[in-house]
Amino acid sequence: MSLAALFFYLFAGVAVASAFMVIASRNPVHSVLFLILAFVNAAGLFILIGAEYLAMLLVVVYVGAVAVLFLFVVMMLDVDFVELRQGFLQYLPVGVLIGLVFLAELVLVFGSWTFGQGVTGAVAAAPSDVTNAVQIGRVLYTDYVYFFQAAAMILLVAMIGAIVLTLRHKPNVKRQSIPVQNARTKQMAMDVVKVPSGKGL
Amino acid sequence: MTETVTTTWFDTLIHVLIIVAQSLGLLVGLLIIVAYVLLADRKIWAAVQLRRGPNVVGPFGLFQSFADLIKFVLKEPVVPDGSNKGLFLLAPFVTCLLALAAWAVIPISDGWMVADINVGVLYIFAISSLGIYGVIMAGWASNSKYPFLSALRAAAQMVSYEVSIGFVIVTVLMCAGSLNLSAIVEAQNGPLGMFQWYWLPLFPMFVIFFISALAETNRPPFDLGEAESELVAGFMVEYGSTPYMMFMLGEYVAIMTMCALTAILFMGGWLPPFPIAPFTWVPGIVWFLLKVLLVFFMFAMVKAMVPRYRYDQLMRLGWKVFLPISLVMVVVVASVLHFTGLAPGAGG
Repeated sequence: MSLAALFFYLFAGVAVASAFMVIASRNPVHSVLFLILAFVNAAGLFILIGAEYLAMLLVVVYVGAVAVLFLFVVMMLDVDFVELRQGFLQYLPVGVLIGLVFLAELVLVFGSWTFGQGVTGAVAAAPSDVTNAVQIGRVLYTDYVYFFQAAAMILLVAMIGAIVLTLRHKPNVKRQSIPVQNARTKQMAMDVVKVPSGKGL
Repeated sequence: MTETVTTTWFDTLIHVLIIVAQSLGLLVGLLIIVAYVLLADRKIWAAVQLRRGPNVVGPFGLFQSFADLIKFVLKEPVVPDGSNKGLFLLAPFVTCLLALAAWAVIPISDGWMVADINVGVLYIFAISSLGIYGVIMAGWASNSKYPFLSALRAAAQMVSYEVSIGFVIVTVLMCAGSLNLSAIVEAQNGPLGMFQWYWLPLFPMFVIFFISALAETNRPPFDLGEAESELVAGFMVEYGSTPYMMFMLGEYVAIMTMCALTAILFMGGWLPPFPIAPFTWVPGIVWFLLKVLLVFFMFAMVKAMVPRYRYDQLMRLGWKVFLPISLVMVVVVASVLHFTGLAPGAGG
């Protein structure tokens, strides 16, 4: 067993175990943290197959940004753990049934799966003289540029949609204007008065 | 057959031992430097305020950090009763471990790094974006008001400034044409010396990177996460003794990482300021250390001189000032490189 195989079993084992703990742990915050552990181990698996660029992007995007927001929301939610557990047995048969149907469909689809003629040869061997960031760039911005643009458009629409749904301008709220604050001068803010003694203002 | 297997095992073992030795050497050097950087931070802060700073332990207070270390280790760690104990103790380990892990790829001289990986910049970026988890876990696991508020603040702040740091790094990458840290340093090598390093052509990005690095490491004036006048000590309120020390260690190692990254991306890493005789005699690691310490000196001076930002000002600076500027600069740099034909080939 080589060192790479050892690391494969380490990463794969921890990933599967933590994926199980995501649904098994009682505390939702622990679930999210196990999810993050699963992501990190998936990144480790990517490194083992030589896709270090994808691995780093997985960590930066999913672990560094998406999971942080996820954790944020879960931490702020006031979850009643007892209520969450109630009705677990009641819903269990339905869940098991859906799971079995899904499994049967997967078996049916992949059991009879064969690669079409010439498909296996169509996957170009990765050139070894360039790094995989360069390889991805060469394919992504040439052959798949329209898909790339379409994905970007979808994300933009989703972002604008989220902003439109949540942005509310409440009336009667005093808002700060930074340009106005910065434009304040000494003359506008201060009034130097010579107070005659014993008189007051 | 058995002989070849044993030799491969032996080779692997030797290989692993060499890596372990390199890592240990780097860590020991780094931790000693961090001990003195901590002292330098306090001394510079004191000097700006016309105080003496720590001057009792050893000559000029030179052993102050080690005295602090012994004090923290000998104290009793207190775990609050209502806290989530596992996560409470895991958080400082995560902070410390991630901060130290980033140094695996940093080239401290020509070819002197533990791991020469192709995606070095992305690795550091990924590791530093994971640094949030230590803060969030500490804040949540403490099960206390101030740490929780602090964790939310710090997390939002670090996510915000990571965006502009990302775009700054993208402009440097476009100029250098590689994600490898050594290749980025080599791309700055030229007859003009220090005027060919990226701080001059990319000066606006250099400024944005420096300020974002301050915010990313929760340094003053952006230390909203541990603003003592509002949140006592932020996410570290419930911590004491060794776990607290690990937070401080992680924080200062992360600051050193950011200083090193600034030196590599914008100040030519281990390159001498001018490629002529007296400068080239000095070994590369000396130049690298000098640059890192120069950046740290700027960090310390900012801490000493600039008052703390208000939280809404901080968010405005990140999202409404730095993000548009860096986004526009990415387009400008890309256009200039493309139309002047200066863009590096897609080889490395």
